[in-house]
Amino acid sequence: MKKLLITAIALLAGMTAANAQKIKGSDTCLPLSQKEAEVYMKANPSAVVTVTGGGSGVGISALMEGTTDIAQTSRRMKFNEKQKIQQNGDQVKEVVIAYDALAVVVHPSNPVTNLTREQLEGIFTGKITNWKQVGGPDMKIIPYSRETSSGTYEFFKESVLRNRNYMNGIMSMPATGAIIQSISQTKGGIGYVGLAYLNGSVKPIHVSYDSGKTYTEPSVANAKNKTYPIVRPLYYYYMAHSTDQVKPFIDYVLSPKGQAIVQEIGFITVK
Amino acid sequence: MKKIRKIFERIVESILTVSGALTTITILLITVFLFREGFGLFGSSEIEQGYRLCLNTANPVERLSSRQIMQVFDYQIENWQEIGGPDEPIVPFRFEEIFNYYSEEEMGADYELLPVRLGEYIAATPGIIAFVPEQYAPEGMEGVKVLHNDHISPADFFGGREWVPTATPAPQFGTLPLIVGTLLVSLVAILIALPLGLGVAIYLSELASDRMRGILKPAIELLAGIPSVVYGFFGLVVLVPLIQRVFNLPVGETAFAGSLVLAIMALPTIITVAEDAMRNTPRAMREASLALGATHWQTICRVIIPYAGSGISAAVVLGIGRAVGETMAVLMVTGNAAVMPHSLFEPVRTIPATIAAELGEAPAGGAHYQALFMLGCILFVITMLISVTSEMISKRQSNKGL
Repeated sequence: MKKLLITAIALLAGMTAANAQKIKGSDTCLPLSQKEAEVYMKANPSAVVTVTGGGSGVGISALMEGTTDIAQTSRRMKFNEKQKIQQNGDQVKEVVIAYDALAVVVHPSNPVTNLTREQLEGIFTGKITNWKQVGGPDMKIIPYSRETSSGTYEFFKESVLRNRNYMNGIMSMPATGAIIQSISQTKGGIGYVGLAYLNGSVKPIHVSYDSGKTYTEPSVANAKNKTYPIVRPLYYYYMAHSTDQVKPFIDYVLSPKGQAIVQEIGFITVK
Repeated sequence: MKKIRKIFERIVESILTVSGALTTITILLITVFLFREGFGLFGSSEIEQGYRLCLNTANPVERLSSRQIMQVFDYQIENWQEIGGPDEPIVPFRFEEIFNYYSEEEMGADYELLPVRLGEYIAATPGIIAFVPEQYAPEGMEGVKVLHNDHISPADFFGGREWVPTATPAPQFGTLPLIVGTLLVSLVAILIALPLGLGVAIYLSELASDRMRGILKPAIELLAGIPSVVYGFFGLVVLVPLIQRVFNLPVGETAFAGSLVLAIMALPTIITVAEDAMRNTPRAMREASLALGATHWQTICRVIIPYAGSGISAAVVLGIGRAVGETMAVLMVTGNAAVMPHSLFEPVRTIPATIAAELGEAPAGGAHYQALFMLGCILFVITMLISVTSEMISKRQSNKGL
């Protein structure tokens, strides 16, 4: 009886949801949205959710042009993007679906465990060039960054570098996996990766945002209780006029079931 | 009957003509599109599109180079004195910061008071350089002046040494390190692959037994069928740590790693083409040489290689072409640092890798997007020069042969 009721509700929801919706944008959110869509479609056989990547910026411009229903982004919508939508006489809605923490990682043999934000800024902008300057051995620092197309690159620049530019000629890798691979084989390497990607081949650094008073280890628990500072929200954006269409899916993502998937993928839940 | 056949032939002929014409037109259109998008770059402004830089009127500075603007916003230049202004500390100001000084209510419901607030703030801060959206720029207000905004110049593009396309407010599009990086990696790759490839080609066509050739030839052709991403992965996991250990380097992702991977990738092309050219040497020529008393080795050196010269040069050119345009493998192993390389054992960034890595997020029509198209134009010109050269070489060779 209960099962029947659920299917009936799902069917109804599927019908009112005009059945098809498209999600486009950030590659960071891609695995999460895909998994959510997969499970959601299994629960609602009439619903069709297609998910594509391309980058946060791509998702937002697709939302403006109306070629997608939801834009998934790993950064907040920029002021001028919001302005553009308002000029067209539309309103955009924002939902935080999960949080993602960034971990700064070094080679496992590196004795340095603690770094302040100021030191990280110095390292990635090229002012600090030797591990000796931050309490390590006499060894050249080799900072690794993501490519400019990644939302992670932008977020790290905003949060850790306070909008300053990365040093000229920083090593830039096409994917998070490549960063881990390179750092695990480069003694002086340092880079940043999503928390979900951490494994034994690299060592996470404890970070301090209060000039060295407290250093926090990157972990899901610390990100959740807000003691770990390098955390960013992941967003879904949609147009106000299409609320009815996208609401069922977004509600599903925010439901306990959807948030369990968030945890499974390695992100941090909203609540 | 004859008539029908004639009509049929005419139809086939016209289909062939049309398809030829269509291909030519498509290629031409692609080229035109590439160059039109690329040259748009020199019409865009140095400061990010849709934004203005505003100063306090008390400041005598009228214009800044885009490099200076970047350094100002990176806090590398901290006093106006360094760039021809008064002795006054520079206060870089990004638009969003205005919300720290005024509440949302003070902006008005639809942000209509925003320009006024910005104007007030700029007029009250003598050392300010404010980066504001065009539509909110407090132009014409008392105490505010707009910094002169130049177009991106070809000299900056082709001669600049810094590639920082995401710098706001003034992105840097200096392509010199990218061009040098691409040429360096391809050149060294060819220097490694050419002797090896020619050696294998000579062995296969002249020395190897039929059974050996039967095993080696398909194996080499198989090498050409491996996707480039696999070569890249192999390079990253195997070659990069090896190079790092052997040469005792701080990083293994170097131009040399890229060259090695490219050399391996160019080998099959060079071997197959060169071997075919050598095997096409007429039997009469070999026998004439041997009959004159030349040894096997003298025949190879003096008769077969010169005869196959044009084929060998075609092999070299095809190899270079592959190396210059290769994207994925290089993207994975060269470290992609946009600096002028001083040696083979430093990271480099190549043109194809840059385009592949950055086009995804470059907003369509923006300066970054156009700069990437311009890089495509440079690549196009390089490969065209190579193929024209090869055409000329093979023409000269065949004339000499006659």
